[in-house]
Amino acid sequence: MTAPLFERLRTHAADGGIDTDELSLTVTEGTYRLSVAGDEHAGLDEDELQAVLAEYPDYLEEWGFWQTRAPQAPARWAFLRWVEEADDAAPPARRRALVDGVSQTWGQLHLTVRLDEEARRTYTLRHVDDADTPDERLDAHTDPLDARWIAKHDDDGRYRPLKTAPTLQTGWHFSGLNAAAAVQTIDLFYPATIANRYREQHGDLDVTHWAETTERQTGIYAVTEELEGEAVDWVAEACCEDSQCLKRREWDEDEDRELSVPRGDGRFPCREPCSLVIAAARKWTMLEREEEQAYTLHLTPSEKEQLETLLRAVAEGTAGTVREADVREGANRYRTRFLRAKRTDQHGRLDADDE
Amino acid sequence: MADALVIAAHGSHLNPGSSTPTYNHADRIREAGTFAEVREAFWKEEPHFREVLRVLDSDEAYVVPLFISEGYFTEQVIPRELRLQDWTPDAWASDGVSATAATFQAGDVDTQVHYCGPVGTHDAMSQVIAHRADTVLDDRAGDDVGMVVVGHGTERNENSAKAVQYHADQIRQQDRFAQVEALFMDEEPEVEDLTEHVHTKDIVVVPLFVADGYHTQEDIPEDIGLTDDYRKGYDVPATVDGRRVWYTGAVGTDPLVADVILERVRDAK
Ligand code: SF4
Repeated sequence: MTAPLFERLRTHAADGGIDTDELSLTVTEGTYRLSVAGDEHAGLDEDELQAVLAEYPDYLEEWGFWQTRAPQAPARWAFLRWVEEADDAAPPARRRALVDGVSQTWGQLHLTVRLDEEARRTYTLRHVDDADTPDERLDAHTDPLDARWIAKHDDDGRYRPLKTAPTLQTGWHFSGLNAAAAVQTIDLFYPATIANRYREQHGDLDVTHWAETTERQTGIYAVTEELEGEAVDWVAEACCEDSQCLKRREWDEDEDRELSVPRGDGRFPCREPCSLVIAAARKWTMLEREEEQAYTLHLTPSEKEQLETLLRAVAEGTAGTVREADVREGANRYRTRFLRAKRTDQHGRLDADDE
Repeated sequence: MADALVIAAHGSHLNPGSSTPTYNHADRIREAGTFAEVREAFWKEEPHFREVLRVLDSDEAYVVPLFISEGYFTEQVIPRELRLQDWTPDAWASDGVSATAATFQAGDVDTQVHYCGPVGTHDAMSQVIAHRADTVLDDRAGDDVGMVVVGHGTERNENSAKAVQYHADQIRQQDRFAQVEALFMDEEPEVEDLTEHVHTKDIVVVPLFVADGYHTQEDIPEDIGLTDDYRKGYDVPATVDGRRVWYTGAVGTDPLVADVILERVRDAK
């Protein structure tokens, strides 16, 4: 047991007592009462206290980490406890598990905590798809702020306007992070997810539904208030499903009308329509103002099917994966160019009659 | 607990470079170590204005808008999204370019927010604009140099023009340049007529924008005749109507802007 740690423990005991992780300690007029791992020790003086505690090093170390070294902000603290499921294991078992390392997934992040040679917690972070990739094949990072730049582009180099889109790039790892740096890095990859998950677990997630969010908008986004009913379901289906965003949608049209779309299985909640959705909704509001018209369009059954395949391919983002010569695929470029040649005029307009 | 600084910027869904100056200024300030935490927040990126306060540890935060002028964003959008209780633009008691700071309670967290005026209208910004001009000029420019501050003009509010005018006036008073003008993309006097408005042999043009984007990299170079197509690029200096025109990037990307952000906080204390 290190002297500073013992001193810190004594200060905390004098300052309101300690009661955590199967370790409780109070002091009355210089006499200590200790309960550790279920064993009770009363009437200890300082030397006796030190002697007894020396028998329970794991309890003392764990107290030192959780009460003095880990970030004390409640959401971050709770997140770090969750990472190693600390509430489910007594300090000795917990520390044994940490020797091998304990991992959790947060969105597409794979976080591992283990004890280093000095028996201190050290955190590493990488993409879930790189969980088994050797470190030397990944770009090494140690500064949490680097996460902002990694989060900007996907593996194809395209800009990611939505931080929780399931398109986080691979090929990097952070190592040597302490607890504070680990939560900071995660919060830079997925801002506010730790804070909002904590609120949700404590029953005070401040969900703002669609109607209220759009009503709040001004300027060019004020029009989004017009979009209601089924169109809101389409918005959520377009943007918020797990294939598009890893947050679990907790907002609905309003308190009384749940959307028909799955909320998603993400661990962290989405508490209101995000700026990307509002910006897209502005476009949809304008488009939804148009009146429907009937058109007569002549297509073979295969051509109709091909149009459906094309819709699906663009919506699922798979159009780019169709092989050059795979003309069996409706979303193949040659197949599509053939359809365009046959069914559109020189301006690319479909050969359809207004009724 | 020590204080937090939040730099509130626009950000973009389309342009990955939009947030870069914000990140860079935040990093410079972090290095100085003045604040317990420094956090960037955005209208179009994350953390959004709406959720930035809840990721802070501190119970006191200085929010500095990385915007050019007082107006729609600083008066409506940011205070609303931060949920500043009882905010009204009158709290700044500003004439359009004189906002300093006012203090509010946030609605969703126990954070006291010192909401500062925008970076763009701070006095110190005039120095940054002039410095920006100096860094692009070289020995070829003699004493007869005219300086132009370019603004967007009246897009959403008249204060954006006021801010440009204000800095042009301040720089004029310093007698560093033979002539100083404020010109605009969208209103009179227009930057398109650069060589009609400025009579000097050398002209240095500084756009008062927060980040480089299509205005500063495409529209203005074409408007002032540096090139007829921005994709072809252009020289600095370039010859336009027989004058030598020196063009800088957006002033908001200058590292000195980090100091202006700190000035904003100092004024609020
Ligand atoms: S609204 Fe929420 S769930 Fe939907 S895309 Fe935006 S962040 Fe994801």
